[in-house]
Amino acid sequence: MAQATTHDTHHGELQDTCLNGLHRELGARMVPFAGYEMPVQYPLGVLKEHLHTRAAAGLFDVSHMGQVILRGAGLDAALERIVPVDVAGLPVGRQKYGYFTNDNGGIEDDLMIARRDDHLFVVVNAARKGNDLALLRRGLEPEGITVELIEGRALIALQGPQAEDVLAALAPAVRDMRFMDVATVDLQGAEAWVSRSGYTGEDGFEISIPESDAEALCRALLTDERVEAIGLGARDSLRLEAGLCLYGNDIDSGTSPVEAGLTWAMGKRRKAEGGFTGAAEILKQLEQGVDRKRVGLKPEGRAPMRSGVALFDAEDGGEKVGEVTSGGFGPSVNGPVAMGYVSEALSTVGTRLWGEVRGKRMAVDVAALPFVPNGFKR
Amino acid sequence: MKFTEEHEWLLVEGDLVVVGITAHAAEQLGDVVFVELPEPGGEVSKDDEVVVIESVKAASDILAPLDGEIVEVNEAIVADPGKVNEDPEGDAWFFKMKVEDMSALDELMDEKAYRNFIS
Repeated sequence: MAQATTHDTHHGELQDTCLNGLHRELGARMVPFAGYEMPVQYPLGVLKEHLHTRAAAGLFDVSHMGQVILRGAGLDAALERIVPVDVAGLPVGRQKYGYFTNDNGGIEDDLMIARRDDHLFVVVNAARKGNDLALLRRGLEPEGITVELIEGRALIALQGPQAEDVLAALAPAVRDMRFMDVATVDLQGAEAWVSRSGYTGEDGFEISIPESDAEALCRALLTDERVEAIGLGARDSLRLEAGLCLYGNDIDSGTSPVEAGLTWAMGKRRKAEGGFTGAAEILKQLEQGVDRKRVGLKPEGRAPMRSGVALFDAEDGGEKVGEVTSGGFGPSVNGPVAMGYVSEALSTVGTRLWGEVRGKRMAVDVAALPFVPNGFKR
Repeated sequence: MKFTEEHEWLLVEGDLVVVGITAHAAEQLGDVVFVELPEPGGEVSKDDEVVVIESVKAASDILAPLDGEIVEVNEAIVADPGKVNEDPEGDAWFFKMKVEDMSALDELMDEKAYRNFIS
């Protein structure tokens, strides 16, 4: 059997998270991912892990992601110069989605920003940690802001409609949190920084906890029969069905927030005032429009259309009008789902296009995102 | 049962050879979500790409293990690709072929040799 596509592999030394031993004990298949050895799936398998998360609760190790604390007078204004979202308007105890931009209006990475007491706690993608730290240091340190990469804390996610009941058994106070709230919570005697968020489209929590307490917490959560350990494979299909972007696939340094349909995160004030890296280009795009837009794509048949599949405006001949950036099988949709970029004129939901898979043009329709309704507790 | 280095199994059934993928291959692939089979009646040469299977993780090609003619395909795995994970070396066979030179099977691995090959 010849593999046509495989997971990205990285060469060189791989780092472990503090939960590596637990993953192995649980029978995970470990793969290199963004410089870390991570579980891609457990014995349950990607399909059932995905469906379990949507039905009950899934436990994810996302400790490879970068956790950073920003602190200092003038922090909000300084961060707003490199992240075009409304940081100043973020209250204590709340979190929001954002992204770093570059001079061309492209996206350097996406991130979550939480305001905890007197500081901001941000979480960035594993593969972009070095890049993002450099951006933060260059942008903030000259202003007297400290940028501290947190070592020694694991990050785990508990996601799914039963995540609240599961976590509330350890800490009843989490029931009072709403979507995008953040709080410090005592979990089995450990100080956990909890947010009611995640990247699966489900209700759930992300929990930053000292490494020394992480395995005990995971074991406690896994004793609950509603909880299964979930690998990166299902994490990817869950976020794809939820219409969420994967950095490096759906957004990158050559893609703007306008093209990606992410300007909702900017807020009115930033769009009006500008004053951030790449503002000239992004504000121009907001006013004049863009040539291509990110859309959901629903292949008509059963064949998945994966990243890189070219999209055409005709079954024969025609023009190339776009490309798939993420695609695969959606277990909850029970069929193939994808995202990609298409010409603005063809970005209306329902537009029929054709994707070229193994030399054959297959019908695919522009579809509304997300593919499954989200379960956030607002 | 005979085995190829491409993780296919071959079973002689009268004058036909039944072809599928091994349990080891199915496990490595993960959950199979799509199968595309050839039209019966076609002549194939060894190593032609005759079947496409897609798992949750990746697309893979199944190669014709020998020269011959595809005479029958298993539509049940097209309707329910999950069968490939459930019973890869039984119900979830892929196709049956009329092999030009049955003695070519002698060149393939037996079960013991295949076990060594994957270990």
